[in-house]
Amino acid sequence: MSSIPDELQYTKEHEWVGGLDDGRTVTVGVTEFAAQALGDVVFVQLPEVGTRVEAGDSVGEIESTKSVNDLFSPADGEVVEINPVVVDDPSLVNSDPYGDGWMFRMRVDNDPQDLLSAEEYTALTQSES
Amino acid sequence: MSKPTPLRGIHEDLGATLTDFAGWLMPLRYGSESAEHNAVRQAAGLFDLSHMGEIFVTGREAGAALDHALVGWISALVPGRARYTMICAQDGGILDDLIVYRLGDEEFMVVANAANYPMVAEELTKRAQGFAAEVEDRSHHYALIAVQGPQSQTLLSTLTDADLPGLKYYAGLPGTVAGVQALIARTGYTGEDGFELFVEGNEAVKVWEALTRAGAPYALRPAGLSARDTLRLEAGMPLYGNELSSALTPFDAGLGRVVRFDKPGDFVGRAALEPLKDVPPRRRLVGLIATGRRVPRHGYPVVLAGGGDVVGEVTSGAPSQSLGKPIAMAYVDTGATGDLAVDIRGTHEPVERVELPFYRRNK
Repeated sequence: MSSIPDELQYTKEHEWVGGLDDGRTVTVGVTEFAAQALGDVVFVQLPEVGTRVEAGDSVGEIESTKSVNDLFSPADGEVVEINPVVVDDPSLVNSDPYGDGWMFRMRVDNDPQDLLSAEEYTALTQSES
Repeated sequence: MSKPTPLRGIHEDLGATLTDFAGWLMPLRYGSESAEHNAVRQAAGLFDLSHMGEIFVTGREAGAALDHALVGWISALVPGRARYTMICAQDGGILDDLIVYRLGDEEFMVVANAANYPMVAEELTKRAQGFAAEVEDRSHHYALIAVQGPQSQTLLSTLTDADLPGLKYYAGLPGTVAGVQALIARTGYTGEDGFELFVEGNEAVKVWEALTRAGAPYALRPAGLSARDTLRLEAGMPLYGNELSSALTPFDAGLGRVVRFDKPGDFVGRAALEPLKDVPPRRRLVGLIATGRRVPRHGYPVVLAGGGDVVGEVTSGAPSQSLGKPIAMAYVDTGATGDLAVDIRGTHEPVERVELPFYRRNK
């Protein structure tokens, strides 16, 4: 079983979005469920700071031993920070997906729509596993 | 519905990620595939390969039938020895790559790939007509468990009286493992020393559990198909469907040595293959090592660095634990000189061209 922290929100693409209460900046990563499905992550490509993105845009890549997956933006806004640590050590996506394995921070134009609660995301993972 | 192997319950108890592979429900990995890969390189790994096919060819002319059906000189095998070989179509295209074990004077076991063995059994049956030989597909009776890695012999020797030190590479002998009748073969697909154990399906759990217990002091780990793929890739071993296909002859694949024109009698594919033996192929299978961290994968174009002309195609690629860099096998035009790159989803990533294999164990 993978952990799904209550305080985060989620997308159908298996990303988590945190820190919505801190104003307009959110942190984005991939869920433990996604990390387990990917297998060992070997490469992470992140967007450049300052990039304008829209919800659903592919903004990067997560590559594992077996597959390549897109990293999506969960909202409209601007990338304000990326996690250089996970670029150097992509295994953090597997070992600490909600902590040091975070991907990027973005300033959102509006509160992101269509995010799932932990409970809703749990239901989604159960339907997919 | 994917077919389960006799070890499915064990894989589930171990928390394996299961995947459909050629119609079989197989363990892809149990935890970290990198850790499984490294366990095989440094200690030992335990694999369920029960999806492989076992086809028995028996009878007075079994050897002659296989000489006719396959490209190798099978009748020259000494009982107890095995040979890597191929079954080709009339046009010389590779239908499957095989290991044939000679179990006795009049008994051979042909081990075929999971995706291909029903076809191989059918072809062998057709090709054996006119010979005093019987072909029987016994794939569903057998489980195949592999122990691979430098500790394999030490840990397996605790479960068998068979003469493992005397068992040569590409040899097999009947024996018991944990009290279970087995064909013990010194073969594998990892680039390490190791054994493949053919046992009755209903004995598979007992053998697996005994190996798990015997292997605990040696850091044996169960390993899935993901690790198997990266291990064989580092060892430069071809995979049917990637490096080998019916569109390629053994010569195209750089494996012309398996075609034995010097054996007696005609064989299927001979007429098409014989003219090719001295023709330099247009493309050659080479190794590529990526400079960056993005992985060249199956089907990606190989291009000339700078110019961008397509000069080849990647057949297999993965991050290499042993090299710490992404590696790939690719068919590349023999005339392509200069630096190469791989078109990875629109970006040309530089690669170094090397001879295969990427990894060779210290013997």
